[in-house]
Amino acid sequence: MTKYFLNYLDELESEAVFVLREVVAQFENPVILFSGGKDSIVLTHLAKKAFYPSKIPFALMHIDTGHNFPETIKFRDDLVKELGVKLIVGSVQKAIDDKRVFEEKGKNATRNTLQITTLLDAIEDNTIDCAIGGGRRDEEKARAKERFFSHRDDFGQWTPKNQRPELWNIFNGKMQMGEHFRVFPISNWTEMDVWNYILRENIEIPSLYYAHKRKVVFRNNSWIPISEHLPKIEGEEIHTKKVRFRTLGDITISGGIESDADTLEKIVAEVSGMRETERGNRADDKRSETAMEDRKKQGYF
Amino acid sequence: MNNISNNQLLRFTTAGSVDDGKSTLIGRLLYDSKSIFKDQIESVKRSSLRKGMEDIDLALFTDGLKDEREQGITIDVAYRYFTTPKRKFIIADTPGHTQYTRNMVTGASTANVAIVLIDARKGVIEQTKRHSYIASLLQISHIIVCVNKMDLVDYDETVFNDIVRQYEEISAKMMIKDVRYIPISALKGDNVVKRSKNMDWYQNAPLLHTLETMHISSDNNMVDARFPVQTVLRPQNDSHRDYRGYAGRVAGGIFRVGDEVKVLPSGFNSKIKSINRYDEEIEFAFEGMSIALTLENDIDISRGNMIVKKKNIPDTKQDITAMICWFDEEAARPRAKYVLKHTSNEQKAIIKKVLYKVNVNTFKRIEDDQELHMNDICKVQIRTTSPLLADDYNDNRNTGSFILIDEATNNTVAAGMIM
Repeated sequence: MTKYFLNYLDELESEAVFVLREVVAQFENPVILFSGGKDSIVLTHLAKKAFYPSKIPFALMHIDTGHNFPETIKFRDDLVKELGVKLIVGSVQKAIDDKRVFEEKGKNATRNTLQITTLLDAIEDNTIDCAIGGGRRDEEKARAKERFFSHRDDFGQWTPKNQRPELWNIFNGKMQMGEHFRVFPISNWTEMDVWNYILRENIEIPSLYYAHKRKVVFRNNSWIPISEHLPKIEGEEIHTKKVRFRTLGDITISGGIESDADTLEKIVAEVSGMRETERGNRADDKRSETAMEDRKKQGYF
Repeated sequence: MNNISNNQLLRFTTAGSVDDGKSTLIGRLLYDSKSIFKDQIESVKRSSLRKGMEDIDLALFTDGLKDEREQGITIDVAYRYFTTPKRKFIIADTPGHTQYTRNMVTGASTANVAIVLIDARKGVIEQTKRHSYIASLLQISHIIVCVNKMDLVDYDETVFNDIVRQYEEISAKMMIKDVRYIPISALKGDNVVKRSKNMDWYQNAPLLHTLETMHISSDNNMVDARFPVQTVLRPQNDSHRDYRGYAGRVAGGIFRVGDEVKVLPSGFNSKIKSINRYDEEIEFAFEGMSIALTLENDIDISRGNMIVKKKNIPDTKQDITAMICWFDEEAARPRAKYVLKHTSNEQKAIIKKVLYKVNVNTFKRIEDDQELHMNDICKVQIRTTSPLLADDYNDNRNTGSFILIDEATNNTVAAGMIM
């Protein structure tokens, strides 16, 4: 018997493709916000499918904290080459050098919040009217209220109380000059959906997601990788552990977990048994109950 | 992968007034289905302790933004997710306050199922009627009435039966196809995920099992084939020099390679040459699938056009009658032009006349009121600048729905259902 329904991954895929095609139809200069993390990789994969056999009609935009895993940058550059699309890089380091922003001080300093200015500058400098992000509603309570088509005022700010209602699959991308949209095609995906999809589609992801040996220190309840960017703390013990990363961000705050999962199958099995959220290992979200909400209102991803 | 590859996605919305225990019910579903992570549980435990509670406060799992916590309310629709071995679920969690009709309409617009919560001590109240009316207006195919707080009425069967009778009375006045009733206690966990030991008299399935097994594949329109063109794919590269694909999501029915089709509004006929699902060629495509079609003939087709079967075409009309829900704080301006967005099509429209307003608490019609204010639900006559390719909302949610946008503010000011 023929079945006339989609399984949940096919439905999520179809929904995301629909949203990506709406972006092309409704905006003039959209970009994909590409961090090198799994969500933005899945997003790019979906864009490839949505416009096949045409090329992806978006540039990739990377907001570079300067605190990168070297593996992420290589992965990014290889992908850009393969797709034949333009890469736009917004540099936090440059914003610091230009005194647009000031680096935080102390042992818990991060460049996370600094990305907001760089992101908004890059959007303005490149006259981008729509930035497509890999944000998911299951990530965080502020994200749970986010629209697929999310309006930003001319200061790049999000006003959660005043969002446009979003009904059926009709998306309103109208705006004034100087404003822009953030669009989140994989809003309805969970972390597990993303992993199941990566497995099903056999999507290439950076080696950092797979278990590997690495020098790490134990901070804020997770294993932080040693790198040239990590401020040293006197007397802190350096361990060599087999770890993998659930999310990839700023290398100074992305905590690894101890793991033996070195294949996609093993990762999916491990994630489905996880009892902690993926953001639990990110220092940027540990700062306060409303850390994400506060950053989002200012214009964060 | 095998065990999940046939799993469907079910979207449901929850409606209930402020103290009906809606957040507790959602918290209970998430907690008992083990969809909550340890760090979230720890954080909620800490907050519960701070509030002086001994048990963990399940409602805190759906806790929202800072403003909401400070005011103890839910401002907006929040989406929550959980998965069981049988299905993936998306919950549109909408606030129960009177002034937030628009959020409920929003949450209901994509839902397969609505859960209507009734406090066992209060029975059917005004808000129950409002929520049910909205669910029926938005054509949600299935309603599950959860009679909550059964623990507070000693799990008494007669209380439950009374409420079922009250609800049958109001649902008879609405177009609701499938109603089920479940006596629950979200707080104690009776009949939510696990069968209750306190209510032997209830023989049917608990809520989660009902949600997992409900038949939803027939809810979509698989008869009237509709394909609104979203965008045209013209790669113009060496391997696809002449490729011209019409990209979109099937909004109704089934299309097969070789089908005789008509392109609207031009009226040209052609045949489907190929169907692409991304990089894969397929033989047929049905409602919900994002695809790209190619046709046998070279026809000028662009966004906003619709491809349909030759012998089954939608209404083509400039004057439409619709039920609309007004969303904006600004009242509708008489004879003002609005942008009407319908499928991938967009044009100007004016609201010519308000036929009647509905009092959603009594279902009575108010016929002498022409003003449209926030949260009003009314039947109106609309005229568009060019013909709309529309179906009755009751036949097809995708091609029977539209939104109105105010050009001055760019806000979405109304949602409409073509009648």
